[in-house]
Amino acid sequence: MALNTDIQAFLDQDQKKDLLRLLTAGSVDDGKSTLIGRLLFDSKKIYEDQLSALERDSKRVGHAGDNIDYALLLDGLKAEREQGITIDVAYRYFSTNKRKFIIADTPGHEQYTRNMVTGASTANLAIILIDARKGVITQTRRHTFLVSLLGIKHIVLAVNKMDLVDYSQEVFDKICDDYKNFVTRLSIPDLYFIPLSALNGDNVVDDSVHMPWYHGKNLLRYLEEVHISSDRNFDDFRFPVQYVLRPTLDFRGFSGKVASGIIRKGDEVMVLPSRKTSTVSSIITADGQADYAFPPQAATLTLADEIDISRGDMLVHPENLPRNERQFEAMLVWMDESTMDPFTQFYIKHTSNTTRARVDQIRYRVDVNTLEHNATQALSLNEIGRVVITTNKPLFFDPYHKNHSNGAFILIHPITHNTCAAGMIIDKMNATDLSARIADPESRRMVDGGKSLISQDELMKKYHQKGATIWIAGLHGSGKNLLAYNLERRLFDLGATVVLLDGSTVRSGLTRELDFSPADRAEQLRRVAEVCKILNDQGIIAICSFISPKNEIRSQVANIVGNERFHLVYMDAGLQYCKQNKPELYQKAEEGKLAYFPGLDETFDVPDNAKLLLKPEQLSENIQTILSYLQQQEIFPVD
Amino acid sequence: MNTLSINNLKELEAEAIHIIREVAASFEKPVMLYSIGKDSSVMVRLAEKAFFPGKVPFPLMHIDSKWKFREMVEFRDRYAAENGWDLIVEYNREGFENGIGPFSHGSKVHTDVMKTQALLQALDKHRFDAAFGGARRDEEKSRAKERIFSFRDRFHQWDPKNQRPELWDVYNARVHKGESIRVFPISNWTELDIWQYIRLENIPIVPLYFAKERPIVEVDGNLIMVDDERMPDEMVQKAKMRMVRFRTLGCYPLTGAIDSEADTIEKIVEEMMTVTKSERTTRVIDFDQDGSMEQKKREGYF
Repeated sequence: MALNTDIQAFLDQDQKKDLLRLLTAGSVDDGKSTLIGRLLFDSKKIYEDQLSALERDSKRVGHAGDNIDYALLLDGLKAEREQGITIDVAYRYFSTNKRKFIIADTPGHEQYTRNMVTGASTANLAIILIDARKGVITQTRRHTFLVSLLGIKHIVLAVNKMDLVDYSQEVFDKICDDYKNFVTRLSIPDLYFIPLSALNGDNVVDDSVHMPWYHGKNLLRYLEEVHISSDRNFDDFRFPVQYVLRPTLDFRGFSGKVASGIIRKGDEVMVLPSRKTSTVSSIITADGQADYAFPPQAATLTLADEIDISRGDMLVHPENLPRNERQFEAMLVWMDESTMDPFTQFYIKHTSNTTRARVDQIRYRVDVNTLEHNATQALSLNEIGRVVITTNKPLFFDPYHKNHSNGAFILIHPITHNTCAAGMIIDKMNATDLSARIADPESRRMVDGGKSLISQDELMKKYHQKGATIWIAGLHGSGKNLLAYNLERRLFDLGATVVLLDGSTVRSGLTRELDFSPADRAEQLRRVAEVCKILNDQGIIAICSFISPKNEIRSQVANIVGNERFHLVYMDAGLQYCKQNKPELYQKAEEGKLAYFPGLDETFDVPDNAKLLLKPEQLSENIQTILSYLQQQEIFPVD
Repeated sequence: MNTLSINNLKELEAEAIHIIREVAASFEKPVMLYSIGKDSSVMVRLAEKAFFPGKVPFPLMHIDSKWKFREMVEFRDRYAAENGWDLIVEYNREGFENGIGPFSHGSKVHTDVMKTQALLQALDKHRFDAAFGGARRDEEKSRAKERIFSFRDRFHQWDPKNQRPELWDVYNARVHKGESIRVFPISNWTELDIWQYIRLENIPIVPLYFAKERPIVEVDGNLIMVDDERMPDEMVQKAKMRMVRFRTLGCYPLTGAIDSEADTIEKIVEEMMTVTKSERTTRVIDFDQDGSMEQKKREGYF
């Protein structure tokens, strides 16, 4: 009976413990597995029969001489055991009187960067292991960078093998100084340094008798006491709807995990993307009805009003909204064996929301050893880069450093379905500041166009013309369309074969899902450029009338069409002229009702490479100028 | 102000519920594999919680090797009926008609035909694209590195060298037709967590877990219970009543009992904290060869 009460007390206390997830980074040479083995062993978690199996294995493949090889307890899979290295992420569990622990044990070599990133993604804390004889080495810097990239807030620098440097304080202090010097470049809120010997057990679970000069905590004590409950974001309520629960006609619950912030009964909430609002009428958690819920609880919310909500939507407080955009910058860790193909439309999974995404641009690749930035065209396995991503649907996100749950995503390959990359969204950057990549050098085109059986010569003889694109750029109201339509009429009358493309024509079909943001504008022009290319290849003259405000995009269009076939015409109309011409449109824009309006809130780059520069007031002269130009360039007519 | 932290068990519970809902939302035809053991019982309760007050949107499936303890089968049918579960029971008909069993064919053949093959047949028959299992990472070495969403090819095989990276709580649920995912929502639970949760939530479990006088034969150091008339007479004759309980449940000829007086959860935990054998050692099948669990898992075993 007394025993029973003891156990009940034990269980009651056990239940109250919190959970610390930690990552160990270091290689076998640093004694990492020995350290973990000792943590497990000394916390009495290794059962006797696992030990006897270990003794059997030690004799066969052990690497630690006559001592028990703690590492063998941890290396799970057979092939790996024979190679003497841990290859994947292995999870270990142990518990003390104060806390429960989950250790993500990951390999240390550079070729296993992705495994370490995986382990780090769920960790509260990282132990970075250093061999006291070697000090801060490349590997230490790499591990620290990865840990800071994943936003782990607590780092323990475990300086191991102190027994091999005579437990020297001087050695320890120097390593600490070197390390502090290095980490000032990274943002790590909480750092702790411990000298230890995993093999002999100094400062692992018990205080070392060999290092009286060290007055800090031993490793286990530190792990038991480090404060982690305030690491979560309780400020910004984000509730990604994971599952809609509809057991009866009169119950509609929205299930999900509280990603961040706190939700209370009676709170007003807004649904994204619909922006409809309602109030929370009940909260059901795993323990039944609750007055409030917070991360990482799983909950089901019911609302006072009937609103159409589905998986992938997000509930938030209306006065605290996440960003809502289709384009953003992120740090990307490439995890797939195949190198990133910039043409792939990946699936992107962010909270419970899935859409398609492409990597528009790689700003730079980070050398994980030196932290230097290098230019690159594509990321390969284990490479990390800063990228610009454009998605098909907008995502509701926060920067990763503020909100891990709502700033993290994965990219999934559309064909292999592999998880290709892990991404962390970077702090606010205006979508307008992000340039889009639409053209690529010929060499990077994945598919060659078909080869027509009709030669360019034959086409020229039939149409009496050469395929070309006349691209008319200019502000809203500059008279582009008027010129384009009159030019089309005139060329047709003269016997030319022409096709006219303008904004309203393509937006009504070819590009109907795109908006006016810079990213979408670029995508629209890419499609138009590809159409022009096809038309020109068939010997047809394309007349295009598009604002096309950016130099960079126009030159990318020229690349797609072919520079020798691209003829830029600039309608040089002043803003005053344009406003008079389209007063209502400009009035709306000035009232802020239209975003990204070239010439107002978005800059219009006046082209410095236009073949022709025309004033809008002189329509018939302008047409004559273009006709002469076409004749002189031997585009039309050709005999 | 309200407290904003949750204890370890609540955190594991929330994680499991999130995983279970994610599968229900992402797959066309999920199923929950039910072994009738304590881990399964916890997983089943978590599923009930995940969809409360609604009904769980997928069935339970038990692969019956036809050699389970009778008390397990009774418990299974009663639990499913009382809790409104849609229960599917499947077995390997060909194996059953050929009389495959551990006494006549040995543990290896029996496990392969009546468990592994039976499972694969059942998954194919119903075209399930996701199957929940109650495995835990701390049970066995090869489980320690298995993903929570563990990909299986169209032959149900696991490739430990080629697992999808799994980050944060963002799970990759994409499969092609014919491929599937095994999902382990209680991956991060330890044996103690399971008992603690059973205790706190009053989850019913098969009475075989509690100590009782039972007819026991000792076979190669394993304590095997006489559960039905199929046990060979020469073994039955050696049976003696003995106070035992089971730490894991499976096919009765392959599952060893331990001497125990523990007839409450508290006593079981107390025994567990002091007894020095890890739980799977009472399963005969794990000892076939070193790394045998990994081998079985590659072939499709849970």
